[in-house]
Amino acid sequence: MTSLPIPGRKQLGLVIDLDTCVGCHACAVACKEWNSGAISAPLTDHSPYGADPEGVWFNRVHAFEVGEGEEGRMAYFPKSCLHCAEPACVEVCPTGASYKRAEDGIVLVNPDTCIGCKLCSWACPYGAREFDEDDGVMKKCTLCVDRIYDEGLPEEERVPACVACCPSHARHFGDLGDPASEVSRLVAARGGFDLMPELGYAPVNKYLPPRAKRCSAAGSGSPQELAPVIDGANPLLRWIDRFLSR
Amino acid sequence: MHPALSVILFTVASGAGYGSLALFGLLVACGWVTRAHAPGLTVLALGLGLVTAGLLSSTFHLGHPERAWRALSQWRSSWLSREGVAATASYVPALLFALSLALDGGASTTLFALATLVMALITVGCTAMIYRSLKPVHQWHNGFVLPVYLAFSAATGALWVNAALLFRGADARAAAVAGLLTLPILAALKLGYWRFIDTTASPSTAGSATGLGPLGRVRLFEAPHSGSNYLLREMGFIVARKHALKLRRIVLAIGLAAPFALSGLTLATGAAAPALALLAALLATFGALVERWLFFAEAKHSVTLYYGAERA
Repeated sequence: MTSLPIPGRKQLGLVIDLDTCVGCHACAVACKEWNSGAISAPLTDHSPYGADPEGVWFNRVHAFEVGEGEEGRMAYFPKSCLHCAEPACVEVCPTGASYKRAEDGIVLVNPDTCIGCKLCSWACPYGAREFDEDDGVMKKCTLCVDRIYDEGLPEEERVPACVACCPSHARHFGDLGDPASEVSRLVAARGGFDLMPELGYAPVNKYLPPRAKRCSAAGSGSPQELAPVIDGANPLLRWIDRFLSR
Repeated sequence: MHPALSVILFTVASGAGYGSLALFGLLVACGWVTRAHAPGLTVLALGLGLVTAGLLSSTFHLGHPERAWRALSQWRSSWLSREGVAATASYVPALLFALSLALDGGASTTLFALATLVMALITVGCTAMIYRSLKPVHQWHNGFVLPVYLAFSAATGALWVNAALLFRGADARAAAVAGLLTLPILAALKLGYWRFIDTTASPSTAGSATGLGPLGRVRLFEAPHSGSNYLLREMGFIVARKHALKLRRIVLAIGLAAPFALSGLTLATGAAAPALALLAALLATFGALVERWLFFAEAKHSVTLYYGAERA
């Protein structure tokens, strides 16, 4: 049923720290690797070794420049499904293939009933859904639903693949419906925000802003320009310079 | 947004088909056209033919057309599903309308004509609402979309009814007048729509899409992938502004003004009237195809904000 369920208390999602993300794409690759063999498999690639390789990915890392001059900075920006509380992608689905789980808030697609009309991808403002041309169905981040509940895995591995692999600890997984959870406290402490809040999708995933710079580039104590090694006053150095310049 | 041919053909053909059914239903119910069965059945066959061709075309857009029947299930939340239900249901009054015309054209005909009118309007309204309801596309999520779809349906429908009645030798003056009334309304709505999309933008920006706006101007440094992908092909379609302006003029001149003049002429001429009416209907349908292509090509999805657009 594509009508939304009565919102449950549990809202599983990700918190992504734009301060510590180094843009290494490990999360995107780990996501592709895990999901190529998981419930939404395959994540079809076209011409993977050709001139114009492309394929279905659930997580992509953009890089933005923000601000100008001394105030300018880079921000690496991983983007995947935000498992919105008001997911229009679910409501527009004509078949009920797209659904939001009442028990944990995860948004999924049933590949057996999806007709591939692509309307859900139009309804998602974030570009979280990618159509698989070979399978003829829509695909999207599953929040690694086939990992996070797998009791066959050691407990520390029961997190989405993107979170498990992040080398800079920029990705956090947890229950954002519980205000006392570690992720909720992190969002509160760091001023976590929603993407495009003006559209009213109420995304569950939150982003943490880059921290304020501790010092500006100009005030860091480094010289404005490099001084020449030879100042011309020392006769020994002058002689060495002449000798080496020959 | 990528202008998919199957969707353009679907919305134009089904729009003209439902417009024909709705307008003919109105004219019959009001007693402004003949209830003789030969011209009436021609009009209804044309209308249902256009509708059916459009619906079949829409299935070519699907990854799994064989599962299309599943789209009838989610009418509680989905405008696409509602459209499917309304489109399927509207065959019932339209076929009963045809049957009652073939039998006697009596009181039941009035009832079925009105039912056909209502169902055709609802179906076109649902088609428009599919686009109207999409918040990520500013050029679709506005108050012009629903009236423009209804007006295009009514105008192209009127022109086709006019042509079909004239070819069957029936008095078609009411249909011609309907065309002359709806075409200027349509032109005004379309001009208003273009003015709206030229002078307004989505509230979303690269700053709000990334949440980094408070730190300064946000611009893409590096895309996440070197090649293309589904998102860029489906939602990153860009039409050059100068082409868009030319195409808008084509819609106004060939799609709206020329059919208006030709429809006026069908009221004044005798033997040439059927040919002129057919030409008017063909030109308006061509104009509708161009307009629908532009409706997609000029629509900017908010996902483009993650790929270098600063506004959508």
